[in-house]
Amino acid sequence: MKENREWTPRILCLLCRWCAYAGADLAGISRIHYPPTPRVIRFPCSARMDPYFVIKGFREGFDGVLVAGCHPGDCHYSKGNYYARRRFMLLKDLLLFAGIEPERLQIRWISAAEGKKFAQVISEMTEKILPLGPLKIKEISLKRILEKEELWQPLAGSE
Amino acid sequence: MPRVGVFVCWCGVNIAKTVDVEQVAQKASTLPGVVYSTSYRYMCSDPGQELIRNAISEHKLDRVVVASCSPAMHETTFQRAVSEAGLNPYFMEMANIREQDSWVHEDRELATEKAFELIAAAVERVKRAQPLEPLEFSVEKKALVIGGGIAGIQAALDIAEAGFQVYLVEKSPSIGGRMAQFDKTFPTLDCAMCILSPKMVDCYRHPNIKILSYSEVEEVKGFVGNFEVTIKKKARSVNEDLCTGCGLCIERCPTKATSEFDEGIGERKAIYIPFPQAVPLVPVIDREVCLWFTKGRCGLCQRVCPAKAIDYSQQDTYIKEKFGTIIVATGADIFDASVYGEYGYGQHPDIITSAQLERMINSSGPTKGEIIRPSNGKHPESVVFIQCVGSRDEQKGYPYCSRVCCMYTAKHALLLKEHLPNVKTYIFYIDIRAFGKGYEEFVRRVQDEFGAIYIRGRVGRIYPENGKLIVQGTDTLLGQQVKVEADLVVLAAALVPRKDVKDLARKLNISTDEYGWLMEAHPKLRPVETMTKGIFLAGTCQFPKDIPDSVAQASAAASKAIAIMQQESLFSEPVVARVNKNKCVGCFSCKEVCPYSAIEEETVLEQTSGLEKKIAKVNPGLCQGCGNCASACRSQAIDLLGFTSEQLIAQLEGLAKVERE
Amino acid sequence: MKVAYFPGCSLHSTGIEFDISVREVCKAVGIELEEIEGWICCGATSAHATNHLLSLAMPAYSLALAERMDVEDVVAPCAACFNRLKHTAVLCQDKATFEKVRELLPIPWENRLRIRNLLDLFVGMLEEIKPKITKPLSDLKLASYYGCLLLRPPHICQFDDPENPTTMDELLRACGAQVVDWTHKTECCGANLTIPRSDLVVELTYRILKSAKTAGADAIVTACPFCHLNLDARQADVHRVKGEIFNIPILYFTQVLGLALGIPAKKLGLRRHLVDPFLIPTLRRR
Repeated sequence: MKENREWTPRILCLLCRWCAYAGADLAGISRIHYPPTPRVIRFPCSARMDPYFVIKGFREGFDGVLVAGCHPGDCHYSKGNYYARRRFMLLKDLLLFAGIEPERLQIRWISAAEGKKFAQVISEMTEKILPLGPLKIKEISLKRILEKEELWQPLAGSE
Repeated sequence: MPRVGVFVCWCGVNIAKTVDVEQVAQKASTLPGVVYSTSYRYMCSDPGQELIRNAISEHKLDRVVVASCSPAMHETTFQRAVSEAGLNPYFMEMANIREQDSWVHEDRELATEKAFELIAAAVERVKRAQPLEPLEFSVEKKALVIGGGIAGIQAALDIAEAGFQVYLVEKSPSIGGRMAQFDKTFPTLDCAMCILSPKMVDCYRHPNIKILSYSEVEEVKGFVGNFEVTIKKKARSVNEDLCTGCGLCIERCPTKATSEFDEGIGERKAIYIPFPQAVPLVPVIDREVCLWFTKGRCGLCQRVCPAKAIDYSQQDTYIKEKFGTIIVATGADIFDASVYGEYGYGQHPDIITSAQLERMINSSGPTKGEIIRPSNGKHPESVVFIQCVGSRDEQKGYPYCSRVCCMYTAKHALLLKEHLPNVKTYIFYIDIRAFGKGYEEFVRRVQDEFGAIYIRGRVGRIYPENGKLIVQGTDTLLGQQVKVEADLVVLAAALVPRKDVKDLARKLNISTDEYGWLMEAHPKLRPVETMTKGIFLAGTCQFPKDIPDSVAQASAAASKAIAIMQQESLFSEPVVARVNKNKCVGCFSCKEVCPYSAIEEETVLEQTSGLEKKIAKVNPGLCQGCGNCASACRSQAIDLLGFTSEQLIAQLEGLAKVERE
Repeated sequence: MKVAYFPGCSLHSTGIEFDISVREVCKAVGIELEEIEGWICCGATSAHATNHLLSLAMPAYSLALAERMDVEDVVAPCAACFNRLKHTAVLCQDKATFEKVRELLPIPWENRLRIRNLLDLFVGMLEEIKPKITKPLSDLKLASYYGCLLLRPPHICQFDDPENPTTMDELLRACGAQVVDWTHKTECCGANLTIPRSDLVVELTYRILKSAKTAGADAIVTACPFCHLNLDARQADVHRVKGEIFNIPILYFTQVLGLALGIPAKKLGLRRHLVDPFLIPTLRRR
């Protein structure tokens, strides 16, 4: 990225093609502007989104990851989004443990009719990530994680 | 090493205005594997596609990336283009630089950068694409039409005429829908029943149509060509095969209830036929009010029935059928006008909705065509209509225009004058929307010849005074308050989505928009299709529309359904899961999460040990390609064709790599 | 429960009986009112017509003072004050507006307090109040009159149905009174036009009085000092212009509640009205 320009975060977006991807298209058709931060990969269903893709995204240097599927009950494959929800809720805890700020991974339900919502989610996410700065995964040492006791909290009751 | 060609579309100025397409095309040529790249004004046009085909043969391309609009728009177009040039259609990948780039960003530099990144990722992905062949499957030559209003009737007739079997499922006891409630239709003033009832009878008589009235869709499984539908036939308490429709039972029934068909202003019996021309002409017992069912006595209808058709012991029955296509024509509800406290609907009997007035005007309605004030049974001398009740109002109703209210209000003003020549009619409106053929002329006539006084403005309050209703509003053209004395106030309540439409949408796996209208696949180019293949929309379930539009959409939906059913077999997207036999350990996590039971068990001999092992196997006929199994697999032995982990990771890395450079 | 009390100018002057009855009733039901020390004008009469920012900054200053107290709610019995305070709290949820307003204030402000009107507060604790009602007003027929500022604009006030409100009806019914069903419960009384177009105000007042009378009300109950002043004081003008004598007493809902709670009439300021409430036989005995 060029030096003379302000830093723009890059958000990896994993979108279900039946809802969120179509919602993102609708934002385009309705000409709703949002920051040029998202980089979209189209999935057949949120159930296809292996949590590995999210980890991989952070490892490859994305500053945030958005996972978006159909609203509960509206899955094209009847219940894929419920599986996705479980997987990503678990992953969220794991990322916290790894020292990645929770704001960097967002899981949202966006329907094909919600172009405005997609734009809003992107704008909000961008705004939340901006103060965090670029993801510096290498600098996060285990020591620092251990010092931050509150990071352990979400895992407490799960044993 | 694959030879990739990149084709960047300008889309006129749609992309070119925000993205420097030439620079992007230039830069793309430097990507590893890309041997040719260019940009063109309209890639989807004939010359554009020709350009792709020529480039494939000229530069010996075996992979193609088209950077243009959303794949939802033109994926099939470009897949066809590359296959005409001899490539497997799945060797074409699209980069969405219009809907998700040029249309949503302003900064040209950043948008250009993003476009390049999306292309780079698509290149990485397409390099790892595998050739896929579409899967062939059979088509059930039978259609299901849900909803027996004018749209459903028209669709059923068209499909039946084309030689296919149709099941017409209607929730209420008779087909006919809203149109059956109407007296006249605008702007021609045709008698609604006179033009509808022959169609209803045609449906009944047609050898290819089976009407399932008083029935509802319970469950829908399967996919285009092979929908498996369970239909609940509610207990009618009258044997349809024996009943002759003589009506003796209705005559004798001692219990009365409010008539739904008359919009609550008339009465019917506990055993009833909603209207005289009903199809099928078979009564139904309302078990909520019938004495036999509520108190366990009476039984009069059973005793008088000459055909012995009354059957109190009837139960709900379930019918399971296979269908190739489904047409949804479930119609709309009417806005609950009592939301507007200031209008006082529901508090004063002389404030009614247009639907109620429609029943009043109808000569077979509860008042036999007499227009009266419900409070005293006398003819009104002055009638005020209020338009846009629940529509064009974000505060209390819906922001959309309900499309039919301007016209039916004008029609009512005219009919009122015909019935009561001395009546004064006032119409409060926001704008008059008379968009159809002959509509504007009709409204003019109502104003000029029938003396309707149009007042542009809204009503703030209606209150009774000295036996009259005082309608207090504003005239925005005069810029002052007006007060009109009325005997009857008619509220043009908007059409709103059916209350239970979301349940049906879920059963069918189709989407609804922000209000609850069923969503079409594309607002301009695919207005009758849904995102689910083989399911089509007709009539007001999609959005408010008048009769001609409903009929047109119904015929369109029918022709789409016919086009599918006349094929010997269909081809599906080969996006199905596949198991790597060597990697599978037989844990069957995939089987647990598969919503279609597409995972089967297979016994194979392990090559090294020679021992038998059980592994997973995908039935491609059942697999719908959600990919849940691939995410669940612990040994990464199962993958989704077209969305393989290798492809997706390559795409992800492609997006990321640009950053590092 | 302790709440910050914003009486506003009316309750210190023309609407003093509202203030008196508010304090009495709150004491009786266990609400501790602590007047915000140093509160300033809410800006209702002119600020919002002249300068938008000023109209937000004025209430914000009083709210900022209230934040120094140990409370979570600010109560403004006057409908106009409630409306302005609520406007400020709601509009300042927008970050940019909030920043602009905060810059103008000499003291820190977080916009964290809830703005309540008394009706809302009372109805919320109706179950606690009900057992304390010792003298139900069972033979009193009342018209509950909400006016405009308490309910509109609905997205600001966020209180009851703007066209068909029922909160006050509920409270009055709990007091044992019969609440009449009438059409003008949210109609404008015209108070804003008192000076420039008093002819219009007479007309508007007339409609409200007429509607209440037609519905058979013994008295009209209000929640706003402007409505009260208008409906109470204009009856003479209405008589002069329209030739119709109403003599219908206008009460504050706090006065009705006070009577039902057994507070003597003289402690509720009932004698301060122009149309004598003691024209109603039931009240004469209190």
